[in-house]
Parts: sequence; C-alpha cells; structure tokens
Amino acid sequence: MNDTMLVSTRKGLFWVARKNGDWNIERTDFLGDNVSLTLTDSRSGHHFVALDHGHFGVKMHRSTTTGWEEIAAPAYPPKPEGLEEKDMWGRPLAWSTARIWALQAGGADEPGVIWCGTLPGGLFRSTDHGDSWEMIRPLWDHPKRKQWMGGGADLPGIHSIVVDPRVSKRVWIAVSTGGIWFTEDSGASWTQRGEGMRAEYVSPELTHDPIAQDVHCLAQCPAAPHRMWVQHHNGIFVSSDEGKTFNEITGVEPSTFGFPVVVHPRDPDTAWFVPEIKDEKRIPRDGRLVVTRTRDGGKSFDILTKGLPQRHAYDVVYRHALTLDATGDRLAFGSTTGGLWVSENQGEQWSNVTYTLPPIYAVRFA
Amino acid sequence: MAKIIFTPNIQRHVVCPEAEVTGGSVREALDNAFASNPQARPYVLDDQAALRRHMTIFVDGRAIRDRARLSDPVTASSTIYVFQALSGG
Repeated sequence: MNDTMLVSTRKGLFWVARKNGDWNIERTDFLGDNVSLTLTDSRSGHHFVALDHGHFGVKMHRSTTTGWEEIAAPAYPPKPEGLEEKDMWGRPLAWSTARIWALQAGGADEPGVIWCGTLPGGLFRSTDHGDSWEMIRPLWDHPKRKQWMGGGADLPGIHSIVVDPRVSKRVWIAVSTGGIWFTEDSGASWTQRGEGMRAEYVSPELTHDPIAQDVHCLAQCPAAPHRMWVQHHNGIFVSSDEGKTFNEITGVEPSTFGFPVVVHPRDPDTAWFVPEIKDEKRIPRDGRLVVTRTRDGGKSFDILTKGLPQRHAYDVVYRHALTLDATGDRLAFGSTTGGLWVSENQGEQWSNVTYTLPPIYAVRFA
Repeated sequence: MAKIIFTPNIQRHVVCPEAEVTGGSVREALDNAFASNPQARPYVLDDQAALRRHMTIFVDGRAIRDRARLSDPVTASSTIYVFQALSGG
C-alpha cells in the first residue's frame, strides 16, 4: 500500500499521508500557485511537479533531498519563418507550451526517461530526469496532427501517455481531440489507433473517424497490456487488442460521461469511472456523487456510494484526479469543489479526507 | 544605459533585479538583462521568444507595440518596465 499522495490543486500542492489509519494533509508546497500535475518516478524516487504561473508561463520543478529545484520545462522549437499555422478558431497557433497535461515515467529499462504531453499538442521526452526535453518531431510534424482540435480547452492537448510494460519503446498517447496514437520505436514513427470509437459531436461522415475521437482518458492494464479502457466524451470504450479496435459499453447507470478511468493493475476486467450527467451538464446526477466500477469487462457495473455525498454534491472529477495504487485496492479521487476521498477496498467504502481544498486537478500516489 | 525594472510579482518565482542595460531595442535590452540571469527569461518570453501573452512592457511610459519581435526602440536614457498585464487572472 502506498501511504502518501500528491494532490495538485489550483492553489498549491498538498501532501496527504496516512498515519494510524487516518489520512491528513501533512505538508504543502507552492501555496497560491496553480499546480497542474505531478509525477512520482519510482525508478529514481524523484517527484516532478508542473506549475502554470499564468502570466509567467508553465514551469517544472523536481524534488531534491531538501525541497524542490526548478528544471527545464518542455519548450517548443522555433517556428519556421513564414510558416502560418492556425488553430481551429482561425487564430495563429503559438508554438509554445500552454499546459503540461501528461507526465509519465519511461520503462524500467530506460532510467531517466520521462514523457511529457502538452497543449497545444507537443509530445516531449527527457532522457536525463527532466534536465532537458526533446520534442518528438515525427508526431508534431505528422500531417494529421494539424487536424487535432481543442476539446475542453481551446487548444488540442496530449493528456494520456501509456508505456508498454513489456517493451518500453512502445507508447500510446491520447489526444483531446485527436484520438489515440501509437509508436513502437520510441516516437520515431506514429500510427493512429482506435477504430470502433464513435463521436456524437461531429458530422455523420466523421462519426467513426479515429482522429475525431475525444478521448478523455486512456488506461492500460499493466498485467494484461492488450486491454485498454477509454473514457470518451460520449461514452466508455474497451479494447482487447492494444487499442487497435474498441467496443462501446452502453447502458451504464447513472451515465457514461466523465473524465477519468483507472484499471486494476492485474485484473483487466476491473475498471473505475466517475460519471456526470452529460457533456452539456457536467455535474453528478441528482446531486449524488458516485463512482462506477465494472469487474467483468463492462458487462455490468456497480454504483459505489458509501461514504460519498448523496445530496447536493456538484463535484466534477478531472481526468487525472482519480487514481489507484499498485495493490489495486486503494483508490483516491479529488474534485473541482475541493473534496478528497480515499477507499481502501476498491471503492466499496469511501472516507472523506477534506472538503476544503482548492479545485483539484490531479491526485497521484507518491 | 537604459534602466530595466521587473514587476515585484515575478520576484517570488525568480530573482529579477533592476538592471542597467545597453541596447537599441526592447529585444536587445532584454537579451542583455537575461544574459546574466537566464532562468528569468522564460518567465517573460514564450517559447518563440515573444512577450508572454499576459505580460506588458512599457518604454518611457508607452506600452510596446511589437510583442513578437520586440523591436520598439530604446535609448540610453529609457526606463523599461516589465509588468504582468491585468488580463490573465
């Protein structure tokens, strides 16, 4: 069991730790600053934190034995003179990191490798624990990358990065909005994945186009990497062939709209979601905050409510704000209204840590 | 030499002392200021070395016009203020 979690919020980083059976806020860092995401690299022991200072831009810090040090943030290469590239709104697309939206450690056989996904769509890789970053140009220069669109944000972004636990140079990413992309050579070449997903928000000709799919979150079962789960803008999809094809899961109560998905580390049929009513009504149904869980690959779902507020709860749980630890028993999630909950038994029972944090962007076990 | 003064708000993140700098343009003045303080550069300029969207620079009381190339002229008697804009939260 992992007894510490890092909670990224609009107003700082909170270390929440379990002692004598109780979870409490043990330490705060970067108070007042916008903390968008963290990564704990179990290979090196480093913690990484992504900050968005607004006026002053996106920054990255890495833990030291005594605190934090600022390291390089991923930076876009010089935009070629005279190149005109516009976003979906017709505005010039700035080649500049607008947000760090995904952080993922590389494989066990490549210490120092960190992957980083950003808005407006650049994927970066570090081979030196974040001292420097290199943009994955074959993806940025891929002609279809320009078809990516904004999802929740105005700009497209890479929010999910999955490294194959068997072969580290095989990597999947998911884009909001641009579907799923796959490389088997550490980023030198890319192919689109994700046949079978369905988009309700585009014209009928594009409904099944893999690039039109607004994947909200992509998760892979580490022990069974063929199995991938997607929380999509208009549904839940599951793949049993490494993301080549997906089947839609329908009929799930209270809904199939949401942002996060996590999958059990050893059981590919067990996954958790946090549903909201629908894209145009992003609040829990009937003011009841629930987690849904399938244990049979999506054939049936449990609605988990014990310990969660069931009256006038309007918590939204972002894609990085639901997490589980390596045992697959302990889960935690945080909400936009500053609530933080932990379960020690796969979601059967939840306990509230606090209701008063700033809006929570990400929760990760340290 | 021109005087360059950075907003106090930036100092919480990165030390940016007031400096005397040479240069005939805002670009040259900033380059000279950041030469000895490279960590401050990405707090003011974006990845393409343009002024960050929610930053403003005043030269002798006038907001600069060229936010991409920073070509607005600077004289030896100029005072340059680097502020955060009210926009941007």
